[in-house]
Amino acid sequence: MDALTELLNGFVTAAHPTNLLYAFVGVLLGTAIGVLPGIGPAMAIALLLPLTYSLEPTQAFIMFAGIYYGGMYGGSTTSILLNTPGESASVVTAIEGNKMARKGRAAAALATAAIGSFIAGTIGTLCLALLAPAIVQLAVKMGAPDYFAVMVLAFVAVTTVLGSSKVRGVAALAIGLLIGLIGIDPTSGQQRLTLGLPELADGIDVVVVAVGLFAVGEALWIAAHLRRTPADIITVGAARMSREDWRRSWKPWLRGTAIGFPFGAIPAGGAEIPTFLSYVTEKKLSKHPEEFGHGAIEGVAGPEATNNASAAGGLVPLLTLGIPTTATAAVMLGAFQSYGIQPGPRLLETQPELVWGLVASLFIGNAILLALNLPLAPIWAKLLRIPRPYLYAGILFFASIGAYAANLSTFDLWLLLLLGALGFAMRRFGLPVVPAIIGIILGPVAEEQLRRALQISDGQLSGLYDTWFSKTVYFVILLVLVVPPVVNSVRKRRKPTDRELQPSERAGD
Amino acid sequence: MQARTWFTSITAAVTLAVLAAGCGVSADDNASGGTSSGPVEGLRILVPNSPGSGYDTTARAAAKAMQDAKLTDTVEVFNTAGAGGTVGLQRLVNEKGKDDILMQMGLGVVGAVFTNKSKATLQDTVPIARMVSEAEAIVVPKGSPYTSLEQLVTAWKADPGKVPVGGASNAGGPDHLTPMLLAKAVGVQPKSVNYVAYDGGGELLTAILGKKVAFAATGIGEVAEQAKSGDVKILAVTSEQPVEGIDAPTLKSLDVDLVFTNWRGIVGPPGLSAEKQQQYNELLTKMHESSQWKQTLADQGWTDSFQTGDEFKTFLTSENDRVAGVLRELGLVA
Repeated sequence: MDALTELLNGFVTAAHPTNLLYAFVGVLLGTAIGVLPGIGPAMAIALLLPLTYSLEPTQAFIMFAGIYYGGMYGGSTTSILLNTPGESASVVTAIEGNKMARKGRAAAALATAAIGSFIAGTIGTLCLALLAPAIVQLAVKMGAPDYFAVMVLAFVAVTTVLGSSKVRGVAALAIGLLIGLIGIDPTSGQQRLTLGLPELADGIDVVVVAVGLFAVGEALWIAAHLRRTPADIITVGAARMSREDWRRSWKPWLRGTAIGFPFGAIPAGGAEIPTFLSYVTEKKLSKHPEEFGHGAIEGVAGPEATNNASAAGGLVPLLTLGIPTTATAAVMLGAFQSYGIQPGPRLLETQPELVWGLVASLFIGNAILLALNLPLAPIWAKLLRIPRPYLYAGILFFASIGAYAANLSTFDLWLLLLLGALGFAMRRFGLPVVPAIIGIILGPVAEEQLRRALQISDGQLSGLYDTWFSKTVYFVILLVLVVPPVVNSVRKRRKPTDRELQPSERAGD
Repeated sequence: MQARTWFTSITAAVTLAVLAAGCGVSADDNASGGTSSGPVEGLRILVPNSPGSGYDTTARAAAKAMQDAKLTDTVEVFNTAGAGGTVGLQRLVNEKGKDDILMQMGLGVVGAVFTNKSKATLQDTVPIARMVSEAEAIVVPKGSPYTSLEQLVTAWKADPGKVPVGGASNAGGPDHLTPMLLAKAVGVQPKSVNYVAYDGGGELLTAILGKKVAFAATGIGEVAEQAKSGDVKILAVTSEQPVEGIDAPTLKSLDVDLVFTNWRGIVGPPGLSAEKQQQYNELLTKMHESSQWKQTLADQGWTDSFQTGDEFKTFLTSENDRVAGVLRELGLVA
């Protein structure tokens, strides 16, 4: 197999001690940067780019590969421990991850994230090496109607995260959709809900909203109640994943990979949507759905595998067609160009050494990531033993640095505080925070794709379902909506066999 | 003990972040030195959008060329993103009277001032130099029914709604203005143009390759490689002269009276003294002549379109009028 020999040559390039060192430095930097909210992997690469001009292109790209994966993983650490997602791909991880941490299972959550990331990254990179040309042909065929169909599916799935009171859940979702509307409408150029503030014209970043609602809102809530509740210190618990954790994690890892990789390859909205889809899939399939919302390990394993798989997927169109699908890929494209390399359909022919070196270093970077982070997990987890006043002060400090560092503007700090106040109010009045975040993630993308699809079809509604992919998705949606009620009514009639039926049915899907 | 470990890790993380976020903050120490002889000291360049963007790449490349050619000491490049560049523009205007700051900008900011109804305008700033420009390509996918601009225009005129045109910029940006100006030039109502805005060059290129749009207008650099491999076909370029290495005619040679290129340049804050203006003109002229900059132009595939002082000021005014005209016709500007 041609690709395999090329890949082995790539390993020879990447395994050079100097290159290994660059991969290590990249992973270390990436993890550190991913930990900080506000500075994502895209910004990290852009800012480090001038420092790498003195390096050979191969070495620079090996380092970038490390930053890319490291950043994807690093974001999850603060998500789990402090409820402050470092970047948008790890927003969903915070939902269950932080709950686990507060039950004393931080180390297990971090471990499942690290191993899941490794497995997903490895499978993803393997797919990248072997299947890239085939996948990219499929990805290019996807258009606005197809993306919109997936968004409809996502909205149907939202009902599973609405919480116990549907009315409150929908209200929270509406808050999220409303925040998502802020900014300039790309089609007409009109400002919406910007209150004349230029800082709001580009909309509010989902990371700022997530950190505001999750972390700041919670810190304010804890501060308001600290007097009345004793400051119990969180137990650290077992440092490793138990047999049970492994058993519950491996399927979500694989499913997350399967969801994340294709999503990374198509140019529609990065890792937020696949991580969310992975979360609801795990919730649907879990044998312990009641644990979701209280720290279910599947809810960490799935999304974390998804975001690393989508990082690998994102390189498919970049390396085969020169098309960046994420901000990080766009920056890497710019980096290629500053070395006088034009990524495009001919990159594999003109620069095989660089491409395969990069792919091989993704494997190596991934392994380094695991080696670096797995032993660190119990150490990070000890962070939670800090007495609560200090811990939450630290979280506020971290959140503020993140908000400020992204744009060096005090406006973002005020925005963060305002969102924190909103998060506090939502807790006070019993509105769940998660649907609001999902609203911000889904709303703008769904609107964009809907309008684009209708524009391309010149206003014909048939333009929304005239592709085989969108038809398939709508069919799946129909099944999701129709089958469970039917199954339930059948079960009710055959109540005695209900218990026996359940496990075998689960195994089937 | 735990508290100390925690503190150490945070300090380490923050140090790393600062390291990553502001490579060269130290340049502030000796601000506003810089007599006209010797290197310029303490210069800051504001980039009005995010790291990795076109403006950012240009500013950082220029800063590096200046430093390498020993024309300046460390130049601090920093980003204030938002609202198509007008948040950064407002910040520059607020720095009135300062003489150690310049702003990277381009055609996109001209349009964004109108669409964002920005209080700060480019007329408030002091134009220093235009640096590079890039022709826009009128591009169709492989296997498109339109093999020439003429065929495309005939179909476009017949039913503009059925001929969606894609671009990678919001209303008011280069990819949006190009089809609007082209429509005007060939006799299609700009208001009837079905412009589909994509989020960046990657999304747009996928839409072209997947034949989701009938044609697209975008920077030539975005599609040059795909044109060479035959995945897309460039029907025309919008520049005065044909583009080197691109097998496509200019609009002018096809009897369409339109020359329109995307460009990037540098402006200074309001109230910049004549002496300082002269110094910056000289600085950029010297940078433009440096071998480092020439190498950058070649590596990045940018077209040199250097212009300074009054010449650039006149150009900026005419671009401003032209953009305002199109946007007024579209009803985007009162």
